[in-house]
Amino acid sequence: MYIVVSIAILVTMVLALVRALLGPTVYDRVLAVNVFGTKTVLLLSVIAFLYGRPDFLDLALAYALINVVGILAVLEFFQDRFRKQERVDSD
Amino acid sequence: MIELALDVVSWVLLAVGGACVLIGGIGGLRLPNFYTRIHAASLTDTMATLLIFVGMMLQSGLSLATLKLFAIMLFLLLTGPTATYALANAALLSGLKPEGDTGQSKHGENTQP
Amino acid sequence: MTRSPVRPASQRGEARLPAVLLLLLVLAVSWVLWSGLYKPLLLGLGAFSCLLSAYLAHRMGFFRHQALMALLPGLPAYWWWLLREIAVSSIEVAKLILKPSMPISPTMVELKAQSDSEVGQVILGNSITLSPGTVTVDVHEGKLLVHCLTRDSARSLQSGEVTRRAARLENN
Repeated sequence: MYIVVSIAILVTMVLALVRALLGPTVYDRVLAVNVFGTKTVLLLSVIAFLYGRPDFLDLALAYALINVVGILAVLEFFQDRFRKQERVDSD
Repeated sequence: MIELALDVVSWVLLAVGGACVLIGGIGGLRLPNFYTRIHAASLTDTMATLLIFVGMMLQSGLSLATLKLFAIMLFLLLTGPTATYALANAALLSGLKPEGDTGQSKHGENTQP
Repeated sequence: MTRSPVRPASQRGEARLPAVLLLLLVLAVSWVLWSGLYKPLLLGLGAFSCLLSAYLAHRMGFFRHQALMALLPGLPAYWWWLLREIAVSSIEVAKLILKPSMPISPTMVELKAQSDSEVGQVILGNSITLSPGTVTVDVHEGKLLVHCLTRDSARSLQSGEVTRRAARLENN
């Protein structure tokens, strides 16, 4: 069962990557990367059970922490750039 | 007997969770614009996370792993909406217009308690 | 949630003792469970980082929201209700995605939160985002801008059960 779930998660990660490559706007790409990160956490937890190695749960938690901070940092960066652009436009 | 029932329940949960993940991935490709794709992402983010983690918690029984799984699930469910909100709000502020915002005409209706 | 970055010192102070103790307890328990090693050095490091985290949370104004403690008892019932809501709406969204014609009708709706506090509005917004098919796009002065995947979900949002439940969570 774990193998089926991990394959489903892997397929979704590929689909998210396709969306990240296609995505017409920056936000589509960030959304796809966010989905990819969440799926990584899920995949790590499933792998912990698939191979019977509970250490992977700690990795999953660490990845979840990094993922959130990373997404917020990327968004902050884009918002900053957008604000700068606006300032340049108004000058 | 009880163990078998637990196994069956957790397998069903895991299978449905995997299906949710797949449907969310497909939706991310099929849906037409950014604001609708968020909904597909939130399907995989909440429902699939809940189902898969609860399925694994049932498998591992009363142990430290269950507690860790619960902590990871809680963390994902608490921070996921925040990240989604930040993303959607950034898109809105940058001027990305959602299509068909017919709800604005219903503005007066929603103030009733 | 646009807020001025510099907060006056009066809002940073007045830490509630029970809230601080609860945070310290949660931090200490999670340290002990996650480390699994009980050497004096590691326990000392754990105590140090718990205290540091609590101090940083205090500096960030975490304890300023006194409402946070008051809504803990009502949380399980609210989560149970939210769980059923999430299940129902995610089945709907899954059906929508899988139908070949994809009968979506994206709608923007403005909701008014019933609670005045920031905590209540954050809980409401997060609950709406958590259930598939509805996403909070903007929160400003007690008004939430929500993007819905279909008109039906918009209508059920406007019937106001979420806002009522979230407000009740805070009041008792």
